Amino acid sequence: MESHELDELAARERTRQGDYHHQIGVCVGSGCASSRSPQIRAALEAEAKKHGHACRVKGVGCMGLCGAGPMVSVDDDEVLYQHVSESDATRIYAGLEKGEPVEDLVIANDTPFFTKQVRVVRRNAGKIDPDRIEDYIAEGGYSALRKALTEMTPEEVIDEVRTSGLRGRGGAGYPTGLKWSTVSKMKSPQKYVICNGDEGDPGAFMDRSVMESDPHLILEGMAIAGYAIGATQGYIYVRAEYPLAIERLKNAIKQARKYELLGENIFGTDFDFSIEIRLGAGAFVCGEETALIASIEGKRGSPRPRPPYPAESGLWGKPTLINNVETFANITAIIEKGSAWFSSIGTEKSTGTKIFALSGKITNIGLIEVPMGISLGEIIYDIGGGIPDGHEFKAVQTGGPSGGCIPAVHLEVSVDYESLKALGSIMGSGGMIVMDDTASMVEVAHYFMEFSKSESCGKCIPCRVGTAQMYDLLALIISGEATSADLQLLEDLCEMVRDTSLCGLGQSAPNPVLSTLRYFREEYEALLVDAKPVEAK
Amino acid sequence: MSVKTLKMDGKDLSAREGDTILQVAEENNIYIPTLCHLDGLADVGACRLCVVEIKGRRGFQPACSTVIEEGMEVVTNSETLQKYRRLILELLFVEGNHVCAVCVSNRHCDLQDLAVKVGMNYTRLAYRAPVRDMDLSHERFGFDGNRCVLCTRCVRVCDEIEGAHTWDVRGRGIEASVITDLDQPWGESLTCTSCGKCVQVCPTGALFQKGKSAAEMVKQATFVTYLKSMRESKK
Repeated sequence: MESHELDELAARERTRQGDYHHQIGVCVGSGCASSRSPQIRAALEAEAKKHGHACRVKGVGCMGLCGAGPMVSVDDDEVLYQHVSESDATRIYAGLEKGEPVEDLVIANDTPFFTKQVRVVRRNAGKIDPDRIEDYIAEGGYSALRKALTEMTPEEVIDEVRTSGLRGRGGAGYPTGLKWSTVSKMKSPQKYVICNGDEGDPGAFMDRSVMESDPHLILEGMAIAGYAIGATQGYIYVRAEYPLAIERLKNAIKQARKYELLGENIFGTDFDFSIEIRLGAGAFVCGEETALIASIEGKRGSPRPRPPYPAESGLWGKPTLINNVETFANITAIIEKGSAWFSSIGTEKSTGTKIFALSGKITNIGLIEVPMGISLGEIIYDIGGGIPDGHEFKAVQTGGPSGGCIPAVHLEVSVDYESLKALGSIMGSGGMIVMDDTASMVEVAHYFMEFSKSESCGKCIPCRVGTAQMYDLLALIISGEATSADLQLLEDLCEMVRDTSLCGLGQSAPNPVLSTLRYFREEYEALLVDAKPVEAK
Repeated sequence: MSVKTLKMDGKDLSAREGDTILQVAEENNIYIPTLCHLDGLADVGACRLCVVEIKGRRGFQPACSTVIEEGMEVVTNSETLQKYRRLILELLFVEGNHVCAVCVSNRHCDLQDLAVKVGMNYTRLAYRAPVRDMDLSHERFGFDGNRCVLCTRCVRVCDEIEGAHTWDVRGRGIEASVITDLDQPWGESLTCTSCGKCVQVCPTGALFQKGKSAAEMVKQATFVTYLKSMRESKK
């Protein structure tokens, strides 16, 4: 495709869409699809046929409030409907004709859940049909890639990303621009770009949603990265448990190739870039970059010591840039609107927005995108709607099995990389599991240790045997048969496994224990055989 | 070749560029415990016994696979390291079923030697007492999973030196184990050349020659470096 053709295509698509009186969006993300949203879409389409096609019924990505699914939107988010069923199709059309929404289905779109969010990565989610590249292009898609290729040098692209302050959204928060710049400086005729879509934390579904809702956003971000670092080949590593994301990405790659937005001589320049998909086979550890690379190479997915880092010696020994889905999804906005705009969102050291998956004991279950630096309390009470069934908030687990819990006393904490780390948790990839006053924190730690134990690859001893021993000790404590010596042993193991394990999985596996011990030590001690008697107050 | 200078346990040392911390330590008679490492085989940094502290670096680094840098300051034997190494050995001893008295490798066992050197004479941990299989289907050699520490020396020697890749790892976490071919009996393996290299490099009594009784299995693993240097000189 030549430069000007992109604008023509966008204009054509906008005219086409403008011809419809209304556009009805049905969420076709995994959550809503599992509660019959494809059937609802079919019912609405049948209804549209009856009304002479004045309405466009489209499948759209996640609208965020997964707990209220299946969700349907009318004319972007002018009217939002929740818990829709197939039989509601007629009523929804009747409402459109009368100009009055179906009251019992309406969900208010002016609540803090919607108004307090800042949607950068998820700007198209819930609006565009993820299966149509034309929808994406009509919203300005691929113009950031065009800008990078035709108006910027690779150095300028890297500079823009660097000054934006964007940090890795996979959890560790490594400066993205610095990573790009390192790989770009490596002298090699062959380099690779890898997108890590092996999201695996329990309760985390941010990346799945981005892949399902706006797959081209990731492809475009990867292509820009390829241009910046001098790579012509990209891989998206997606876990096989995300069939819908895989299907959407495959379809998106096919469409982008058709329009020559991937392939050779993109936008008439001499830049070539292709993307292939590789599937994970159900191993959490393959989210670790060296294990992921081994898996793409067709080897057993176990990590290796770093250095050398993938930037130096990655896929097939070549310099490799590996970023998370959400990181790539931030790139187009940075190129389009500039680093100054991006860094004006968030805090000084944590810029931009972050997507979180709210789950557990919280009223509004779903996906949110908020500016960095928002307080935890705002997320839980304003956006999340607080704790249901009259219970009290107890703690929230961030960062899944690699993270820790944050108790109620720290609800005012600013949600950014440094502040969460200071509290013994991590930003992580964005899972937030909310717990109410009925939760036993020892059992929470036990649950996450079971996960780490079963997902350990078995290569290094501290993680392989250490997680199993910690799991057994936690079970012993829960059974009420442990002594204070057992608790001491658990703490010794935590420290050793954290400090000596080979990769991030083992190094962070003790975090749920350490952080629950930090804030809820009395819950552990109360279960010991030689528990100290509680002093009478 | 250029020379680098570094500090190890307070001593000023010089070393060849590209050497690992472990190589420099051995050359200067500084003892760092190792288990998965074997001269001549690719390092995997798996056992974590050789981790050391490096000033200015986060966490602990494996000496076997960390290359020295100019001005590096390494601590090989702090109190914390001693505590950690002991605990790692405890984990190994409770993971399998290590009964020295009846083992073919008694008194010729790297694991046993490590316990003596590190001073690990009892454990606070619960023995896992797993039920593990033996494979005696090979006509000359045997495998006793109870004594395997999953160092993967057998996997690497078979792949890198013999070129057969008969051995590999299956399963994950605490359930991981070494296997021959696609988890078939060793005696039925189509790739095994019966060279016996795996037996010689195995640090414990997990791999042994048939016909040996308790404490009779003496292994000789130095052939790996010999073979490697002979092959390299032919190139």
